[in-house]
Amino acid sequence: MLKYIGKRFLMMIPVIAGISFILFTIMDLTPGDPARALLGEYASQQEVDQLREEMGLNDNFFIRYGRYVLNTLQGDLGTSYRTNTPAIDEIRARFPATLKIALLAVLIAVAIGIPVGIVSAVKQYSFTDIVSMMSALLFTSIPPFWLGLMMILLFSVQLRILPAVGSDTWKHFLMPAAAMAAAQMATLIRMTRSTMLEVIRQDYIRTAKAKGAPPRRVIFRHSLQNALLPVVTAVGISFSNLLGGALIIENVFGISGLGTLMVDSVKGKDSPMLIASVMFAAFVGGLVNLLVDVMYIYIDPRVKSLYVKG
Amino acid sequence: MTEQTNPVKKIKKVKKRSQLKSIWFQFKKNKLAMFGLLIFVVLVMIAVFSGFFLDYDTQVIGQSMKERLRPPSTQHLFGTDEYGRDVFARIIWGTRISLFVGLFTVALAMSTGTIIGALAGYYGGRTDNVLMRIMDVFLAMPGTILAVAIVGALGPGIVNVLLAMSICRIPQFARIVRSSIISIRGQEFIEAAKACGTKDRRIILRHILPNAIGPIVVQATLHMATTILGVAGLSFIGLGIEAPIPEWGSMLSAAKSQMRYQPYLMIFPGVAIMIAVLSLNLIGDGLRDALDPRMKN
Repeated sequence: MLKYIGKRFLMMIPVIAGISFILFTIMDLTPGDPARALLGEYASQQEVDQLREEMGLNDNFFIRYGRYVLNTLQGDLGTSYRTNTPAIDEIRARFPATLKIALLAVLIAVAIGIPVGIVSAVKQYSFTDIVSMMSALLFTSIPPFWLGLMMILLFSVQLRILPAVGSDTWKHFLMPAAAMAAAQMATLIRMTRSTMLEVIRQDYIRTAKAKGAPPRRVIFRHSLQNALLPVVTAVGISFSNLLGGALIIENVFGISGLGTLMVDSVKGKDSPMLIASVMFAAFVGGLVNLLVDVMYIYIDPRVKSLYVKG
Repeated sequence: MTEQTNPVKKIKKVKKRSQLKSIWFQFKKNKLAMFGLLIFVVLVMIAVFSGFFLDYDTQVIGQSMKERLRPPSTQHLFGTDEYGRDVFARIIWGTRISLFVGLFTVALAMSTGTIIGALAGYYGGRTDNVLMRIMDVFLAMPGTILAVAIVGALGPGIVNVLLAMSICRIPQFARIVRSSIISIRGQEFIEAAKACGTKDRRIILRHILPNAIGPIVVQATLHMATTILGVAGLSFIGLGIEAPIPEWGSMLSAAKSQMRYQPYLMIFPGVAIMIAVLSLNLIGDGLRDALDPRMKN
């Protein structure tokens, strides 16, 4: 079990390394001189040249990448070109806001999506089913950032009950999380419904019903537990989608999180900051995936038997 | 006599139906999907014919300060924006932009992804390993983030956004194509083709891909929907298609500052995105159900 987790952890290393290489290459192609950016418009060409030499910007691409990798291995993710502070500090400061929104969004999506999906499946073709499938379809098609704008319009401008921008209190997180949750919720509704429908048709469900098990027990104990596996996978995937979605939603609500950090880094040609933050996001995404796979073991005894002996 | 031959003819007709035709046969029965197709056809018509009714320089990007920020009226159906441009005309023109970018992004991603997936799936072994591990790296980054980084490197603009978005979509196509090719590779008719000395290229193009076309088309439709959403998102944060081109997302971005007093500026472009995405999602779902009727509940 521990061995499995360790192995999965090691498998993340080449992926993260690959990401750093791709991003390093992309950012290397980005026009603009970081030395010039650091020193500002009024610095003389001589000063810029000197700084370029100090930063090692004149070296060959592979030498620079190699140096970057060495630094990263020593725990130094680079220094921001714009603020001249360690990238990791900035990430540490910005990540909590993004994490709070993403977690809240997953919570909303799961709390609504899974129950609605179950009801839809149990009462297939009923009015409730049709309404929930239609709204799921609608929510997958609404741009999350537009949903956010519409929420601001309703709750902040018209009703004045929620703050539109900032990230000070939990109230600030409510709208961005809800806007991001909508699409993920829709996915979960559809996913839960279709896997539940598949399970409900199995023979063992008919047996359970036939032996007189109460409907509640048939739904939760016999059906849901078997239908949960793909749903848990979907929750994991939705979490990493949320990390990407934060890029745009944070912009709508003026939240200074990881998403706005990435956008600002791209706009400011701040490659160390960008690479560090994307690598961080991919790392978090990888951890969540790992968590999901470990959860399988606890949910499904069939998976457990593959890893735990005896 | 005639009564006896007729049933035989009918059976022959059914048997001859190609994969695409049988998909269409199933697809037609799905009312929601047909509704989606209808909307999409209308959108395509709007995109194609808007050029005949609207003059880009005067009606779409032409500014008129005395007409600025007019609320919706019979003269300006959706009102005018902060530069006095008619929002209705801009949204109509925006259909062109979104469909164009969506279509070409998916076409580019699909063709590249198909080549990569086909090579990986057909040859297997080391080729497969190397190609798919590279794809895994791309998949490990949330798509939006990769697109933002690429646009950052290339700079904003339609062509660059198109490139960035399609690079992000390649791995998904490669995966789908690879898995369907692996499922077909071992079948007898491929063995037969090989035994006849058919070249690999011909086997992949003529024998395998046509049989794997279903899932690819479904993916393409659904990806076109997400691409339209994604491009709107990029333009909204200022890293996509730039003003004055009437992209729906950048229209929303401009409308944000007018939100308090001119909310209508923000409503219509969003609805336009939603309709386009919804139609594609309906078609994609319909196609998926048509391909695999078992999945339909």
